[in-house]
Amino acid sequence: MNTALIIIFLVLLLAIYSGIRAQKGKDMNMEQWTVGGRGFGSIFIFLLVAGEIYTTFTFLGGSGWAYSKGAPSYYVLSYIALAYVISYWLLPPIWRYAKKHRLVSQSDFFVSKYNSKGLGILVAAVGVIAIIPYLILQFKGLGIIVSEASYGSITPTAAVWIGTIAVTIYVMISGIHGSAWTAAIKDIMIFVVVVFMGLYLPYHYYGGIQPMFEAVEAANPGFLAFPDEGLSVSWYISTVLVTVFGFYMWPHTFGSIFSAKNENVFRKNTVMLPLYTLMLLFVFFVGFTAILQVPGLKGADGDLSLLRLSLKTFDPWIVGLIGAAGLLTALVPGSMLLMTAATLLAKNVYKVMAPAASEARIARVAKLLVPVLSLISLYFTLHGGDTLVTLLLMGYSLVTQLFPALLLSLQPQPWVNKYGAFAGILAGVLTVAYVTVFKVTIGTMFPDWPAAIKDLNIGVAALLVNLVVMFGTTLVTRLMLTPGTQAANTGGSPTL
Amino acid sequence: MKARDWLGVLPFVGMLGGVPFVNKVEPYVLGMPFVLFWIVLWVVLTSAIMALVNRLDSAAREEEHQG
Repeated sequence: MNTALIIIFLVLLLAIYSGIRAQKGKDMNMEQWTVGGRGFGSIFIFLLVAGEIYTTFTFLGGSGWAYSKGAPSYYVLSYIALAYVISYWLLPPIWRYAKKHRLVSQSDFFVSKYNSKGLGILVAAVGVIAIIPYLILQFKGLGIIVSEASYGSITPTAAVWIGTIAVTIYVMISGIHGSAWTAAIKDIMIFVVVVFMGLYLPYHYYGGIQPMFEAVEAANPGFLAFPDEGLSVSWYISTVLVTVFGFYMWPHTFGSIFSAKNENVFRKNTVMLPLYTLMLLFVFFVGFTAILQVPGLKGADGDLSLLRLSLKTFDPWIVGLIGAAGLLTALVPGSMLLMTAATLLAKNVYKVMAPAASEARIARVAKLLVPVLSLISLYFTLHGGDTLVTLLLMGYSLVTQLFPALLLSLQPQPWVNKYGAFAGILAGVLTVAYVTVFKVTIGTMFPDWPAAIKDLNIGVAALLVNLVVMFGTTLVTRLMLTPGTQAANTGGSPTL
Repeated sequence: MKARDWLGVLPFVGMLGGVPFVNKVEPYVLGMPFVLFWIVLWVVLTSAIMALVNRLDSAAREEEHQG
């Protein structure tokens, strides 16, 4: 074992230990385990939110995209900042409603708003399906970190296994308390590592940031601005919008809204959190520096660029610290994702099927589902070749389909009923699935249309399908049902 | 919609609507290609705008409490 690996494993042990400590002496019922008893203040929520957003993707995927695609990687900066803007208006009403009705999951929210357990199952299913690519992304990242930091002595497959087992044990032991504590260490560590690398590497190889960019531009003219076709400006605008709408629709992010102490926490956070995204700038600097220094990484291998450049530049102990920071960026969000998916399946699917099950039994089912979900994700991690960004965008297109039904449910008078919400979400998700499986784009369907339309993110099309079906179904079912039993919020037995 | 709500639209206009007009590499600003600088500038402005929204909002709420 080399120095780099020893440091990474020490940090892993420390994280697991802190998880055990945080959990000790607390009676962990379901609400404790998942939303931390609704007692977290501004700083903890800040860390939790930051903990979810800054994942392995930020670290390896962000630099990987800068390396292989150039300017299109800038989209990440925009969508995170804009999502915080929306949160100012979106989150307080959600929080108030959730608190009043003692909700613990995203699916609960839809069940309660639309008075439909069937809708709850659908929302839970969409959430879990979207989480899988996001989890794969974390496991892939962990695998890359461990195998690269071993200087080739651990194969990528073995590394993915090690990473998956670590995350699974971590979640089963700690729940959210461990995540929040480790999130604090992770945020400090990732910040220091990323800023250091983003400044040091361009200066080391080029004498500055601008000379670095000029060298990249000279080697690949046009790489630093959006291209005219493909990942063009219209791709950028539509992708940012789709991801902004999807941002808070992730079940784990939605769930963390509930753990706030009061609604002003969200409003205050909108000032500082956008600035925090500037950290990504340094990640991009690393990716751009790697282009001419570690050339030749094709396709999904672009995700290796940050670590390859570190191996080339630094001593093993620095590589170890970088790897350890990377490990935490996978561990914290990975545990959050796993826990959320397991809880959703246990509470919002299993419990609906087996209403007689006791609280203790539901909690046991949730814990048992953790390793099952890990293994499923592990399987796909070992059998897929997509880049981290591709995986992330796929998950986003899926969760974004929940946004229209959520937004419309916040209106004082419901615009759509449960049938409309159900059909719309289903149609949107099926569109995304079709597009993903058959690799369809607007460009392949309508090759003669102008580039500005062909390059639109396919999620836009899925959202349109979603909205049309949602309003159409609402209209038809309202006409079919007798007046008085129609409104989403007001009654009727949950028949769907 | 109140004035402070409209302020929330500004970051979208700047960060998304502006990019088609500034999609170029030169001039470099603060070492960054121009389009990247533009996005970074808007991230900072977003933060400033949200600080303003927060101030207007809490001032309005205090008035409500007094009145």
